[in-house]
Amino acid sequence: MALFGKKNYSTVKVRKHDIPDGLWIKCVACNEIIFKQELDKAHGVCPKCDHHFQLSRKERLDLLAEEDTFEEWDRELYSVDTLGFTGSASYASKLESNIKKTGYKEAVTCGQAHMGKHRVGMAIMDFRFLGASMGSVVGEKITRLFERAMEKKLPAVIFSASGGARMYEGMLSLMQMAKTSGAVERHHGAGLPYISVLTHPTMAGVMASYATLGDVIIAEPDALIGFAGPRVIKETTQQDLPEGFQKPEFLLKHGLLDMVTHRKDLKQTIIGLLDYMNTPPQEQEESSR
Amino acid sequence: MSTYTLPFEKPILELETKLEELQTFSEDQSIDVSVEIERMQEKIRETRSEIYSNLTAWQKVQIARHPRRPYTQDYIEDITSDFIELHGDRLYADDQALIGGFVTIQGKRLMLIGTQKGRDTKSNLKCNFGCAYPEGYRKALRLMRLAAKHNLPIITLIDTPGAFPGIESEERHMAEAIAVNLREMFSLPVPIIAIVIGEGGSGGALGIGVGNRLLVLEHAYYSVISPEGCAAILWKDRAYADKAAEAMKITAQNLLAAKLVDAIIPEPIGGAHGDRKTMSATLKRHLLKHLRRVEKLSPTELKEDRYEKFRVMGEFREQQLVPEPLLPS
Ligand SMILES: [Zn+2]
Repeated sequence: MALFGKKNYSTVKVRKHDIPDGLWIKCVACNEIIFKQELDKAHGVCPKCDHHFQLSRKERLDLLAEEDTFEEWDRELYSVDTLGFTGSASYASKLESNIKKTGYKEAVTCGQAHMGKHRVGMAIMDFRFLGASMGSVVGEKITRLFERAMEKKLPAVIFSASGGARMYEGMLSLMQMAKTSGAVERHHGAGLPYISVLTHPTMAGVMASYATLGDVIIAEPDALIGFAGPRVIKETTQQDLPEGFQKPEFLLKHGLLDMVTHRKDLKQTIIGLLDYMNTPPQEQEESSR
Repeated sequence: MSTYTLPFEKPILELETKLEELQTFSEDQSIDVSVEIERMQEKIRETRSEIYSNLTAWQKVQIARHPRRPYTQDYIEDITSDFIELHGDRLYADDQALIGGFVTIQGKRLMLIGTQKGRDTKSNLKCNFGCAYPEGYRKALRLMRLAAKHNLPIITLIDTPGAFPGIESEERHMAEAIAVNLREMFSLPVPIIAIVIGEGGSGGALGIGVGNRLLVLEHAYYSVISPEGCAAILWKDRAYADKAAEAMKITAQNLLAAKLVDAIIPEPIGGAHGDRKTMSATLKRHLLKHLRRVEKLSPTELKEDRYEKFRVMGEFREQQLVPEPLLPS
């Protein structure tokens, strides 16, 4: 349940007269200096080494949904500090600063969108908002996503990223694991497809609930994926962690993932999967005739 | 059995030592001190009751972890007339941190599943300090499905610091094992009663915790992360575990107030570790009472009931968009 405070990339300002209006970025993976515009064009993939940086919600949506097809659901849900949590900083102040920082009310954005010819229920988690930890609002929005997708007979596609449960909400946050898994069960029972995409990082409470319950599980390269955080495992077992531990290739080899997909192929891969799994109702009727 | 005393139980221990001295003295000297002895016993009762009615969250955590606290195996011994243990997940191994099998309680045939802790090095090695591996959760699911097939209600006893955080746990996908249990427990057409008997350690507890009824022992706790873990992250120091325990509202009383559990099962004064027999009898009575209530539900109602129970968990504010009036009024 560790929070991942480490910045994904560092920005380097270059002297004005060298590159006018230039913002360059040093890649955390290959240490090469890369042009920010080039990185943006490649949807956050390093042009030198293919390292996958985290995407914002807008970038993720631009990458995956057909233009102007996204319709947001449950936008007006705010977290509340039910426990009156007073730790090193109060939960209320954490929420306030994260809302200000990200411009969003919570860590997940849900809605419907088109991917190719498929209309899907879609959720995008944003690690920048309190490590995309799952509290009541994240749990409720994901649950409603599955419920609404079921009503509308839509597939669900979720892009997960999360440090785990939200400690500030105590047991309410743990119970969101059960609540969301119950909603997956109903959607699943209705025979609707669910594609789970694991992005950097997807851990603990989210990983141990809806994120691993996809009919198909796809990981983005470079994502850290697992139940317990590497530091906790190291401290508990006093063992050195194997090379590539909790990374996509490791998990593919150990049988958790269906595939690891480069971001440039992600949209087409999902559409291709839905072509098999998402039969529109009228076609179902025809084929049963 | 070791005599293990919790720090806040010291006053009781001191009085008990004095009582023993008094008894020895009276025997040796053949002097009748029965009045004094009675007074001393009364004082011990009062002190114990005083201490146990004013426990902090952190003290409760220590009680929940008491090495003499009754464990799953103890309850099986005390409350069942028959136990046929079933082993293995049919995939990888048999995990002794999560045990289960057919049981008969007061003539009722059931499936019982529980996390198991050990009391000494040998038993702790066997059951990994009550921290199950993925195969434990997969065995639990296998047994729950078996129960569903044969229409047997399911009882789960929860007492774990958490699912085991290790390399092998990740290689065999702990997260997936727990998630699948959560999803599948919603689909089972038989009654499920989950009881937190000691430590309710996060996802490892929830992994067998999706019930129609969730009961918790008076001094048990149930938490999203261990108090030490929370303190390490939010206070940057595990020594603040007492503050974290308080802040996260993890006690049985907190959970009942937040409507996250259905009922509290009272413990004998001085805690379950002081009087196992009474504790077992109380647990059995409450278990059967709640089972009788949920047994009235049909398979569909049972699933509906479980979904609704967890569906309402969550606190948030939803701001409805109010359309702006067209003209200023
Ligand atoms: Zn690079």
